[in-house]
Amino acid sequence: MSILVLAEYHDGQLAAGTAHVVGAARAIGGDIDILVAGDDIAGVAEAAARLDGVSRVRVADAPVYAHQLAEPLADLLVQLADDYSHVLAAASTDGKNVLPRVAALKDVSQISEILSVESADTFKRPIYAGNAIATVQSRDPLKVITVRTTAFEPVADGAAAPVEALDIVVSSTLSRFIGEELAQNERPELGGARVVISGGRGMGNGDNFKLLDGIADKLGAAIGASRAAVDAGFVPNDMQVGQTGKIVAPDLYIAVGISGAIQHLAGMKDSKVIVAINKDDEAPIFQVADYGLVGDLFEILPELEQKL
Amino acid sequence: MKVLVAVKRVIDYNVKIRVKPDHSDVDLTNVKMAMNPFCEIAVEEAVRLKEKGIATEIVAVTVGPKASQEQLRTALALGADRAIHVETDARVESLAVAKLLKGVVDEEQPDLVILGKQAIDTDNNQTGQMLAALSGMGQGTFASEVAFGDGVEEGEVRVTREIDGGLQTVALKLPAVVTTDLRLNEPRYAKLPDIMKAKKKPLDTRTPEALGVTVASGLSLLKVETPAERKGGIKVGSVDELIDKLKNEAKVL
Repeated sequence: MSILVLAEYHDGQLAAGTAHVVGAARAIGGDIDILVAGDDIAGVAEAAARLDGVSRVRVADAPVYAHQLAEPLADLLVQLADDYSHVLAAASTDGKNVLPRVAALKDVSQISEILSVESADTFKRPIYAGNAIATVQSRDPLKVITVRTTAFEPVADGAAAPVEALDIVVSSTLSRFIGEELAQNERPELGGARVVISGGRGMGNGDNFKLLDGIADKLGAAIGASRAAVDAGFVPNDMQVGQTGKIVAPDLYIAVGISGAIQHLAGMKDSKVIVAINKDDEAPIFQVADYGLVGDLFEILPELEQKL
Repeated sequence: MKVLVAVKRVIDYNVKIRVKPDHSDVDLTNVKMAMNPFCEIAVEEAVRLKEKGIATEIVAVTVGPKASQEQLRTALALGADRAIHVETDARVESLAVAKLLKGVVDEEQPDLVILGKQAIDTDNNQTGQMLAALSGMGQGTFASEVAFGDGVEEGEVRVTREIDGGLQTVALKLPAVVTTDLRLNEPRYAKLPDIMKAKKKPLDTRTPEALGVTVASGLSLLKVETPAERKGGIKVGSVDELIDKLKNEAKVL
């Protein structure tokens, strides 16, 4: 068996999720190669080569692969796929964008967001917003899989694997990059934070989200939000935790003014410890919270910030 | 331009699902079904394109059993002009759905195909990307804005995509596939007169055989389980007690 892992990176830095995907690849077993595709990405390739258990890093360095557009990246992966039994990527927006396209071009199914590896062809994955867990088996010759990174331990750094340049340059006429607008955020990334504090409709308005800042600073936490808070226009949608937003599993998740709808729970119920702060003691969030505090968040948050 | 919109019949998003006692699947008997929320956004976007004079015809399509026609009628009530039902009782995985939709795309030759980014039952997030691949089209997934003529050339669509960490804007050559994210729009409700009118709009039926597609999949569902329950927690009486518990009991601070 041989496995190709698609590396993910942002701003020239290898994304933390890639080490988790290599962790999933090791659970499958076999030789593990990493593909780094982009424009001017030598630094990413070096970081990928240091991941423990990686046999080699294959680098496709050409302007056509900049910005990870699905069309050229899928064409590149299709050209490489015959050497592999499995192609893996993180279930991030990049991985979800590209891998189904690769699978269709190879005429195989794609398995989304696996939680565990039962064997080389059998995997568990969440369905119905995580309210059921399906075990699926693939008889396809090529398994194309996205990995829920929070479900797998990352591999550590090891000895540097060889880096090999690929000279495959595909042409791309279907799409072109126009621009991007990245949220300015000095806090840890929501998906990888050890602590997450999220606000819901109970926050009342966008300004009140500032009440979470001081606590987040003290805990080194990322700030999230429920869909209700996003829909109400309090905060931008990239902060949304839930079935339709980001899936997080931090050590500590603090839900403030969040009732705990199915949609939200799907995004955070695998957190190690959940704290709920809500004035409604009947709120469903208390059924999943390890520690609940019933009361007015406008009194509790300043006190919490001061006492931490 | 002609716009094709794919919709899916799924369990209503407010329903708390039950796993069958034999663990073969989720129990869907006597459960409220509805149009997948992301598909509602797709229909809404198509209707808005028509209201802006960009789209001239909207064709709604679904793949599924007879009962899925209810969701096509909903799409017609919301503003679609006609509907195509690809009827099958088989369990169809995303790849098979994409192949069936490609068959419809080949017949209809739409300029734009809009789908939801994922269905809330299988949570796959695959069909739009697969359809784009099979039809040789560009893809604008997780769209929060779809625009024409605004900074892009004739024969292109500008799609702003929600990506981890922010937004990315791409131009796609038409015909193209767009999948909707939550922020794209707020879907309208169907009005009663429109629901009545929708009953008279054309609804054609196709079969996988007629489209030349086999729905068999390389994937089998072995088991469906309920996730591990979290054990009930406790309520604390004060901020001090909460901090103490987090430090000394949970040891996460």
